[in-house]
Amino acid sequence: MTHTLAPHDAALDAVPKPTRLLTGQPAGKPGFRSEADAPPNPRELRDDQVDGPELTARLVRTWGTRRGIIGALSTVDHKIIGKRYIITAFIFLFLGGLAAVVMRMQLARPESGLIGPDLYNQLFTMHGTTMMFLFGVPIGEAFAVFLLPLMLGTRNIAFARLNAYSYYVYLFGGAMIWVAFMLNIGPDVGWFAYVPLSGPEFSPGKRVDFWAQMITFTEVAGIAVAVQVVVTFFKMRAPGMTLDRVPLFVWAELVNAFIIIFALPAVVTASVMLIMDRLVGTHFFNPAEGGDALLYQHLFWFFGHPEVYIIFIPATGWVSAIVVTFSRRQAFGYIPLVLSMIATGFLSFGLWVHHMFTTGLPQLGASFFTASSMLIAIPNGIQIFCWIATLWDGRPVFRTPLLFVMGFFFIFVAGGLSGIMLASVPIDAQVHDTMFVVAHFHYVLIGGNVFPLLGAVYYWFPKFTGRMMSERLGKWHFWLAFIGFNITFFPMHISGLMGMPRRVYTYLPEMGWGNLNLISTLGGVMLFGSFVLFLVNVLVSARRGAVAGPNPWDAGTLEWAASSPPLPQNFDRIPVVTNREPLWAHRNTLPVAAGLSVENREVIISTATSGRADLKESSPEPSIWPFLAAIATTITFIGSIFTPWAIVWGGLPTMITLVGWFWPKGNKEDEA
Amino acid sequence: MTSSSHQPLSSPLQHNVVLNVRQLPSYGHGSRSSQWWGIMGFCAAEGTGFVLAFGAYFYLVFINGVWPLSSKPPDIYTSTFHTALMLVSLWPNYLTRKYSEREDLRKVRRYLVIMSVLGTALLALRAFEIALLHTKWDHNAYGSIVWLLLGFHTLHLVTDVVDTIILTVLMFTRHGHGRRFNNIGQNSDYWTFVVAAWIPLYVIVYLFPRW
Repeated sequence: MTHTLAPHDAALDAVPKPTRLLTGQPAGKPGFRSEADAPPNPRELRDDQVDGPELTARLVRTWGTRRGIIGALSTVDHKIIGKRYIITAFIFLFLGGLAAVVMRMQLARPESGLIGPDLYNQLFTMHGTTMMFLFGVPIGEAFAVFLLPLMLGTRNIAFARLNAYSYYVYLFGGAMIWVAFMLNIGPDVGWFAYVPLSGPEFSPGKRVDFWAQMITFTEVAGIAVAVQVVVTFFKMRAPGMTLDRVPLFVWAELVNAFIIIFALPAVVTASVMLIMDRLVGTHFFNPAEGGDALLYQHLFWFFGHPEVYIIFIPATGWVSAIVVTFSRRQAFGYIPLVLSMIATGFLSFGLWVHHMFTTGLPQLGASFFTASSMLIAIPNGIQIFCWIATLWDGRPVFRTPLLFVMGFFFIFVAGGLSGIMLASVPIDAQVHDTMFVVAHFHYVLIGGNVFPLLGAVYYWFPKFTGRMMSERLGKWHFWLAFIGFNITFFPMHISGLMGMPRRVYTYLPEMGWGNLNLISTLGGVMLFGSFVLFLVNVLVSARRGAVAGPNPWDAGTLEWAASSPPLPQNFDRIPVVTNREPLWAHRNTLPVAAGLSVENREVIISTATSGRADLKESSPEPSIWPFLAAIATTITFIGSIFTPWAIVWGGLPTMITLVGWFWPKGNKEDEA
Repeated sequence: MTSSSHQPLSSPLQHNVVLNVRQLPSYGHGSRSSQWWGIMGFCAAEGTGFVLAFGAYFYLVFINGVWPLSSKPPDIYTSTFHTALMLVSLWPNYLTRKYSEREDLRKVRRYLVIMSVLGTALLALRAFEIALLHTKWDHNAYGSIVWLLLGFHTLHLVTDVVDTIILTVLMFTRHGHGRRFNNIGQNSDYWTFVVAAWIPLYVIVYLFPRW
């Protein structure tokens, strides 16, 4: 171990007195008795009475998921749902990627007849829609669902049944739009579905309606998980985990959750207005009746720009976690890193108009948004410098996860530079809707999200599965992906500057874009190959990888104190935290809190800032109702594409399932 | 870790019990409970939805100049009565919350029944109100945004009234004790949000077109 703790840290790591770790406040208001303060049932076994393998086995029984299909659909275990979320998001990543491969094949040479314009329109719409809504937003949340309770030292995510519901709604929404695409009713108006093109006049049929309802599905799921993350963050941290001891990844997920809570309502408003214009004859975007098309763009980009940071901020969390572990020292500039993330979160809401520079805005407005677009480079720059300083001062160990972080630095910074160019109105007006913009945002999004994500998969794979991924294949994967990516997207800067527009299904040979496009396509094939290699690595390692043990990287955060993969209860006893990297501070024994029930699902609820244990609330038991509620919701949403009355007759079953979900079942957990 | 002298851990860490949480209360009221934070999270998301819809309303006002577009403003009397009743409901709502924190079952039942009746009355009034908007969603952009605002708020109203009625029934069954009192407090907080969202909506939809 080469990271050093200053001598005085040893004193800081001493466990404080219990009075500093507990609030000791009764639940009853002064002068009134509360049932919550009743002494615990003496017949109920608690974890201060059993130990060792017996404690482990009993907790597994209490927190486990039943076998069989009903058991699988009823589970509320954040690790099972988190794994499903991650796998589903990856499947959508692959589907979106395949759509891109087909487009690249079509563009490889001029006047190619591989696919026609109608399919091409559907392909680029499905590609963007899938990457942004079915992969970009969910993947960050998916990692939060799996990792947050482990990193914060608790046993499940807040509102565990809502978590299950959210996953099913996401799955059904994503499946709906891909089934629609297979049936040749896939949306064909771009991932942002601008009016008037997407309005009733220019897009008859059901294609756009499926797109708009897909938004509703994913946003319901996205906001639900965001709320769970916020509550888990503030109320379920292990005793002693003050705000300045929260892992950087968890901070990233918190900022991400807040951005989601405030940004997603904008796209829901936009898509609801759009679908109403289409289905019930409202006039929000119809200029003939007092509506306005730009209103749609404002609402869409008020979501759409923060969306970029919804994709990027969780990645900063992955980068922080990987950089710290592989530098073998604590993060340099923890507080600036946290404040930068929060600043980025706020600033992300002040940039949306830079997507609308060519719509004829007032000059002053354009200048303001140019300035704010450049401003956001400052907190992002601070983060990059803090990571570099951490690596510089540490002793970096170049394993695959860190390689992907290095790739991130290079690609993301390059994308940031072309971003600064685009923030300037004259340049933006020139290259608007060209391949230059395509190059820019793929550098930012793949560099800023996908590279850290791949690093994160290599990093946490042992925690997910209990096995290590192959390091040799991992290095091949990295270099193929890094080189393939640059060969694909760098030439697009040039073809864009040469005037090649986005979203055209073909071009003439005399335009002179043929060679550059052929290079891009060859790079695309390489990038595709890197993902095949990744998939092979995942599948083979999951079965035959080296057994990992709880902490294969010798990392410092709490998820590595749980076994790999974690048991249903995560921890046999809840850890007590005295340091930002608890496992580096306590190498041999883990300070823990005892006294929780072994027979019922109990979690510690702590105070929002100082992390003092305050309550022992019960955590939800498995239930089939969230699944049924998701089915009822799906029927309502899909039905409403065909008749507005679906909201009424679909509302009733939805309500019944919700009552079934919340009505107490008479078991101990519900009556406690 | 190849460069590290420290061996990666292969077995779970030993436990050193430093704290006992056996005596902690099994639930708490108000912001001490996790549910309260969840409700606040959803209020933040839905509140953002209201703010954006208000923004869209004024955007359309700005684009059109003339407002309301070719129709007279919605009926003020029903809506003012509705608003007054909403404000009145805050008092029994406050008492419901207060007695739920004291876990006084008799009084909680009484005020829940009052809130259920008030909520149902407000829903009935809302139906009249919508009938007296003097515009339809498909007349023009003005009608569309007014119906959107009213519809969005009515969705909240229905949700909370249904929730209140279910909780009222629940409190008359054997489940009416313990942490159900906490659920009632949260339901009251959500009602406060529903009323709070209505006030600017009333000003915008009913008073603003008359200025």
